[in-house]
Amino acid sequence: MTELTAKTIAELREGLRSREFTAREIAESYNGAVSAAKALNAYTVTTPDDALAAADAADSGRATGSLAGIPLGIKDLFATKGVDTTAGSNILKGFKPRYESTVTANLRKAGAGMLGKLNMDEFAMGSSNETSAYGPVISPWRRKGSNVGLTPGGSSGGSAAAVAAMIAPGATGTDTGGSIRQPAAFAGICGIKPTYGRCSRWGIVSFASSLDQAGPMARTVRDCAILLEAMAGFDPRDSTSLDLPVPQWEANLSSNLAGKRVGIPREYRIDGVPAEINALWDLGLEWLKDAGATPVEISLPHTQYALPTYYIIAPAEASSNLARYDGVRYGLRVEGVKTLDDMYAATRAQGFGAEVKRRIMIGTYVLSAGFYDAYFTKAQKVRALIKQDFATAFEQCDLILTPTAPSAAFGIGETTDPLAMYLNDVFAVPASLAGLPAMSVPGGLDGQGLPLGLHIIGNELDEQTVLNAGLAIEERAGFTARPEKWW
Amino acid sequence: MSDEEIERLAPELNNILGWVEQLGEVNTDGVEPLTAVIDQKLRLRDDVVNDGNIRDDVLANAPAAQHGFFAVPKVIE
Repeated sequence: MTELTAKTIAELREGLRSREFTAREIAESYNGAVSAAKALNAYTVTTPDDALAAADAADSGRATGSLAGIPLGIKDLFATKGVDTTAGSNILKGFKPRYESTVTANLRKAGAGMLGKLNMDEFAMGSSNETSAYGPVISPWRRKGSNVGLTPGGSSGGSAAAVAAMIAPGATGTDTGGSIRQPAAFAGICGIKPTYGRCSRWGIVSFASSLDQAGPMARTVRDCAILLEAMAGFDPRDSTSLDLPVPQWEANLSSNLAGKRVGIPREYRIDGVPAEINALWDLGLEWLKDAGATPVEISLPHTQYALPTYYIIAPAEASSNLARYDGVRYGLRVEGVKTLDDMYAATRAQGFGAEVKRRIMIGTYVLSAGFYDAYFTKAQKVRALIKQDFATAFEQCDLILTPTAPSAAFGIGETTDPLAMYLNDVFAVPASLAGLPAMSVPGGLDGQGLPLGLHIIGNELDEQTVLNAGLAIEERAGFTARPEKWW
Repeated sequence: MSDEEIERLAPELNNILGWVEQLGEVNTDGVEPLTAVIDQKLRLRDDVVNDGNIRDDVLANAPAAQHGFFAVPKVIE
């Protein structure tokens, strides 16, 4: 029998149905694997009893949902009742919510258990996990013949590392400007950000509310479909939640792309991208053609302005959202200062890390009275043009194929310039600004033995085509590489 | 922020702001700023209390709570 931790969620579900093994055996295998993998720094808190309780509910027949007996890792951005929820920040150290986020509540309703909370960049601001107050997650992957510690990407780096290292069969992530897709690519796993509004934001620590969207990270496209179906759904407590039924993404999975047109945006051929990544992109297109799709060259003329637009809008929203951390209602308070204003200042100075402060400063600046129109309003106008670019493109095609990230995973500490770090999301951010569903699927390994991802962008509400194209790539890429265990 | 932090942050912020200024090249005459990324109407909800009576839950994570309130350093001399 394959080790239980090597099985996909679909295989675990099947084995539970046929009574090949019990949910308790799954939970115990994972709990053991989690506690043996501390070197990865993927979990900030572990909750083995939670996983066992959900397993027992499944074994006794009390839980019968689509994820009955499946233990998952939960990004530390999701409020989990009674369990530390810190968003990777010192300012939320010790915060134990008295409520459960809608997405995790939905997963629990489907019968899933929780293995623990997953490390992440502070407030999801980062592309390498290096901004976490808990220290960086170390990727399970290493370059061939090297033991230099690599980043798993970010911000959902703990989620990506855990799924790749077989210490979670699947995990929740969140994506504001690539935070599911870039780490999925770096870790050789799948991850999908659905259409904005599919998953409720209620109970997810806010970063940039017009962009934040939850999604699953798992080892296969099918597992992503299973998880997303359980996570999504209308929630009256989120004013931007889509009041639509959740499609049956898993049942409708099909890698037959006959009649589908794949757009290749010419603006995504940018300088400085390794030849291997462009070669994989070409190969990805061959795979989609083999699945029946027709290629179309398309243009997304405002692509180059997506990143600067994002780095106005996201910090602006963040500076507003993060005003709530004041040392009064939850989290850290710095004592020993005289006045209330001093307490606010001292708490925020000590509680926030460097990247968060940087973004609060930028956000506050671009929203300030004298500069609001020049920066924020301008960015919202360019965002409208970027969205229009996609709307025009989707008149000519049904999905868009690009690379996920402009490089493979880099070493911890190798990228110190904030702007260079931001460029990691150059291919991921446009779809975020347009609210579109997008997914990363592993395509192959580079010359150093590190995973590279392919990125599929779909039209709004059309997660099905994204998943189907992901499946077509998965079937043809034959990506079975796993990191060699060193931890 | 400490003077040291400001010294490090200032050039970084200048860099980032200089970089975002490239948006000035884009002609946005007559373009409405985007307000909702997915077209949908904001819903109205019934004007009823749908939450409440959870004072202890609300205060449970406060660094300081007294007599059913959040406690802060004295603001009135």
